[in-house]
Amino acid sequence: MDNGFFSMRGIVKQYVMGGEVQTILKGIDLDIDEGEFLSVLGPSGSGKSTLMNIIGCLDTPTSGEYRLRGRVIRDLDQRQLARIRSREIGFIFQQFQLLPRLDALKNVELPLVYAGVPPRERTRRAEEMLVRVGLKDRMHHHQNQLSGGQQQRVAIARALATNPTLLLADEPTGALDQATGEQVMALFNELNREGRTIVMITHDLKIARHATRIVSILDGELSEGVTAGA
Amino acid sequence: MLKRKLDMFWESVSMSAANIVGNKMRSFLTTLGIIIGVAAIIALMTVVQGATDTMNEQFDAMGLGTLRLQVTGTALKRGLTDAELGELLACEHVGGVSPSLSATVTAKRGGAWSDVITLMGNGEGYFSHNGDLLARGRAINAIDVAQASHVCLLDGDAAKTLFFGEDPMGKTLYLAGQEFTVVGTVDENENASLFAQILFGGASDGTVYVPYTAAKKLVGTSTVSTAEIYVTDPDETDAAVEEMEAALDGIFNYKDDTYTILNMESMTDAMNLMTSMMMSLLVGIASIALVVGGIGIMNMMLVTVTERTTEIGLRKALGAEPGQIQMQFLIEAIILSLLGGVIGVIAGLAISFAICANTDITFSINTFAIALGVSFSAAVGIIFGWAPARKASNLNPIDALRSI
Repeated sequence: MDNGFFSMRGIVKQYVMGGEVQTILKGIDLDIDEGEFLSVLGPSGSGKSTLMNIIGCLDTPTSGEYRLRGRVIRDLDQRQLARIRSREIGFIFQQFQLLPRLDALKNVELPLVYAGVPPRERTRRAEEMLVRVGLKDRMHHHQNQLSGGQQQRVAIARALATNPTLLLADEPTGALDQATGEQVMALFNELNREGRTIVMITHDLKIARHATRIVSILDGELSEGVTAGA
Repeated sequence: MLKRKLDMFWESVSMSAANIVGNKMRSFLTTLGIIIGVAAIIALMTVVQGATDTMNEQFDAMGLGTLRLQVTGTALKRGLTDAELGELLACEHVGGVSPSLSATVTAKRGGAWSDVITLMGNGEGYFSHNGDLLARGRAINAIDVAQASHVCLLDGDAAKTLFFGEDPMGKTLYLAGQEFTVVGTVDENENASLFAQILFGGASDGTVYVPYTAAKKLVGTSTVSTAEIYVTDPDETDAAVEEMEAALDGIFNYKDDTYTILNMESMTDAMNLMTSMMMSLLVGIASIALVVGGIGIMNMMLVTVTERTTEIGLRKALGAEPGQIQMQFLIEAIILSLLGGVIGVIAGLAISFAICANTDITFSINTFAIALGVSFSAAVGIIFGWAPARKASNLNPIDALRSI
């Protein structure tokens, strides 16, 4: 059923590699409700990165329909996609992806710059987000002065800064040790309890279990729950 | 909307500045080509302009309405006699004629002597038309000329050579064995002497000015071959030239190449044309350095884009539009080349100041050269920054993020 918040119908993604058409996603149907914490579980090569790119509006599907908050994501140029990313999506990456030249605060401000938020408001919101992830006294630290867990929390603050519709996390604990990973997942659960919609891509079942719902992807096909092999 | 764009612009500027400062050595080496190019343009233009100004000043000091007559004559008739000079003076638009004669003679005075003193024989008009020439004493007057009096004026060098540490006024000296009385001194740095140097050759132990009639006797000639002609009205210079040509053609039987009339104005024009041609040639050569510098910037920016692929991908994921990425890299290229331009302007001015301080050239800041240098460097930044910025903006965010 189309709930108008997030729906995918028959999403197919094909790439031409070496003159050969490869189908990476073979007709994905997926609905997500507002306030859900969804894990997409899949091994490497399953197509989960491609799915993430489409969910994150970094890429568009070859065919099928993707609606995000009622908006059809199709036939959009790079500029329009950038606008949607800016407003709707908060990215969290495995390698944190902080800019080393900027301090924590400036890193969190970055998406607000592109969203066109005025400077003073930017700083206020970035500070608020850093306080929210528990880095009140680390605002002017640079990447090399922060631990892995702290860096990922800066990245989460950055993803939250624009108040996006959807938090999209790609292996958020992949570069962290288990204890730190657990802390990050605890933060995710907290954010989810506050009503944040989260989509997390992972290959790790233990991590995936923190979510309220798990889907598995294997060979470009999606199924509800944990499938054997995923 | 405009405020938003402006805000974005400043954000790009500050991000670019951070990147440039973060790579100090590399940024400096990258801009070096621009620095050299702009410095060369500024230095060349300032020095050439200064030299032109200095020469123009000196020519202006010669006075408008002054013509120089140089006679080469024929094998039988090498110069002009007093009667023939009178014919020139009779021309309608000629107000005065001052014949001049130069030679190198020995000068003696007690123990001091010099082999190579320049003897300048002039008419009385020479001093009255070159007002600033006289420093002390009196000028050569009409009576001196008429009587071929043995009076002389010394320039600074001659005074130093012959009367070191003494006041030469009223003293006597021997020129080619003949006794002369010093009645005055002339200002050694006077512009008129520079013209004399150009025409008659420089380097001597100084110059002694005597009535030209006395000089003729000393040298043993009855004619003179050079003269300054003073036109009644500078606007009638062309008419005066025509009249003189008619008179001189008569004197030399219409033979070719027997005389030359130098018009200061036409000389100045010719020289200005020459210097402006030289200037554009030099600036053209220096511009090659700018192009090379621009290629250096382009190379550096391409490297930067490749190095920062992940950063670009991240910025795109965070909502940066292609145009915003392009602007950031373009601004970085422009800042780099403008930085080079500004350093180049300062270096160019310093170089030209050093050159001018060590020569007679007047140093003046050439605002046109500065404007040209700065706008050239900005243009180089835009032209050579465009392609790398375009490349950055076209990067696929997925590919960019994948290259972790």
